[in-house]
Amino acid sequence: MIVTNSEDPQMVVPDVSPTADTSTAPAAQPNGRAGSAAIEFTNVVKSYQAGQPAVGNLNLNIDAGKITVFVGPSGCGKTTSLRMINRMVEPTSGTITVGGRDVSSIAAPALRRSMGYVMQSAGLLPHRTVVDNITTVLRLNRVPRARARARAAELLDTVGLSAAMGRRYPNQLSGGQQQRVGVARALAADPPVLLMDEPFSAVDPVVRAELQQELLRLQRDLAKTIVFVTHDIDEATLLGDKVAVFATGGRVAQYAAPEEILRAPVDDFVAAFVGRDRGFRHLSFHAGTGVAVHAAPLAPMGAAAPDEGAAAAGSGWRLAVDAGNRPLGWLPPGSAAPLLPGGSLFHAGDSLRNALDAALSSPSGLGVAVDDDGMVTGVVRAPEVLAAIDAARISFNAANTATAATTTPTATSAEGRP
Amino acid sequence: MQWFLANLPQVLSLTGSHLVQAVVPLALSVVIAIPLAQLARLNKALGAFILSAGSLLYTIPSLALFVILPGLLGTKILDFTNIIVALTIYAVALLVRSTLDALNSVDDGIRQAATAMGFKPVQRFLAVDLPLSVPVLFAGLRVISVSNISLVTVGALLGIPSLGFFFTDGLQRNFPTEIVVGIVGTLVLAVVMDALLVLLQRLLTPWLHTPKLAGVPA
Repeated sequence: MIVTNSEDPQMVVPDVSPTADTSTAPAAQPNGRAGSAAIEFTNVVKSYQAGQPAVGNLNLNIDAGKITVFVGPSGCGKTTSLRMINRMVEPTSGTITVGGRDVSSIAAPALRRSMGYVMQSAGLLPHRTVVDNITTVLRLNRVPRARARARAAELLDTVGLSAAMGRRYPNQLSGGQQQRVGVARALAADPPVLLMDEPFSAVDPVVRAELQQELLRLQRDLAKTIVFVTHDIDEATLLGDKVAVFATGGRVAQYAAPEEILRAPVDDFVAAFVGRDRGFRHLSFHAGTGVAVHAAPLAPMGAAAPDEGAAAAGSGWRLAVDAGNRPLGWLPPGSAAPLLPGGSLFHAGDSLRNALDAALSSPSGLGVAVDDDGMVTGVVRAPEVLAAIDAARISFNAANTATAATTTPTATSAEGRP
Repeated sequence: MQWFLANLPQVLSLTGSHLVQAVVPLALSVVIAIPLAQLARLNKALGAFILSAGSLLYTIPSLALFVILPGLLGTKILDFTNIIVALTIYAVALLVRSTLDALNSVDDGIRQAATAMGFKPVQRFLAVDLPLSVPVLFAGLRVISVSNISLVTVGALLGIPSLGFFFTDGLQRNFPTEIVVGIVGTLVLAVVMDALLVLLQRLLTPWLHTPKLAGVPA
């Protein structure tokens, strides 16, 4: 609906036409990186017997080599839409093309083998070892066992698992490890397209955050066309190059970059779905570079150093650090008080959201700023972060107005910069 | 005991034929019941028919079936085939239901994951559905194995050799020792078969018998 992407039709389904791989593809590809394919929904409808259609007249162009997130409440047709791409669900009408080829013209099993699929709770085959799970698609494609196993070993490393894990059965892995194997399995045949159906929703928040970062890291190297379904707007805005917000009845309410969805929701439904915290979430898209970093009132642990810094900061709180200058926690004013755990950390290059959260979550009201090695560089103060946010809001509003008035060239340069 | 030792060759030979009459139907029933159960799973109407036909067949008294079958099959009354066919019918009647339960016990999410990976239907059935249904399937097989071993003894009434011979012979001669040998022999056979099935099940389901790993990191 936004970009019309004429991707090279030879780019899709390597096992159907084995000769049409990347090496024979023409050098000049319009939008293309090798090994990815655009997906296009045209007038796609899926209705079951009675009532409202599950997906109503979907038109969507999914960019090659990017992460596109389908987000929406339960029953909005996002999973159905995903499953129509690999024909797990057949549309009632309309066409879906992958890399220019109509998916209904390809035999379903062959089509599915040409796409990686990761689902909630991994969907690993419980009776096969990790290595055998990863090699499943390769073996279905009749790749010799030895070569498939070598590829599996390589992939275990890619997703951060040790080779010893390969001999385990899925029930011997933690939830996070299972998801990693799920991703490795989906990547095994090096498909141009990855379909991910709420892959991280069953793992705990800490592991989920890790997996999300891993996926972004992998995607920087692989540049697959990834379609990712989630009901979590935070996950959507973190991962998506583009986000499609689905409303009930299988309608796409808004399809845009995540920053735009948070800044300028197109209607009340999207505004309600992105939630009360969308103002706070949008801070993720503002660099925190404008926030002043003050000298920290350090209290090196072990050394009996008195608090020269505390007087400078004027609060009486002191930040305990270890020998490597890494933060340990806060010492309240007064002599014999116990060490309090610190708040979240504001890393170099983080957004205003991280800066504000660091200040708000710190017991001293001072957010701890650290560099890439985790060494304390100073502290930030909540009022100053708010001032920076205020400054950002001015450009924020300018961009907002500009979007409403269908965009002036200055709006793009103003957005995202405090 | 002395009688048992004195007649050991006969005990062993009858045990052997007893075993054949019990095991062959068990194996045949597996081969027949699995496709029937999958058919029943895929087609509800056909499934209802298969299941009620199974129940109906199971209500035929075994002695009656042993007597009717030679007429239907054109076999001699003392032929092993009669017992094997009859017991296969009973075993299939029971096993279709437990195979259906077994196939239904497979997590649908796993089935869908397999389909999404690109297994063709028959490939998926053999590589995913069937191995995963082994635990429930074997629960059914163990019941049928025991029931088969006891049903084989009925054939002795017609003179077909099995451990059941000791019942009829012991009864006619009013010789309790012989009956006890028959009972104990049948019992031992049933227990041994059951143990073998448990062992086979373990070999077929290695993933269910993995050591629990402590402290699996995230």
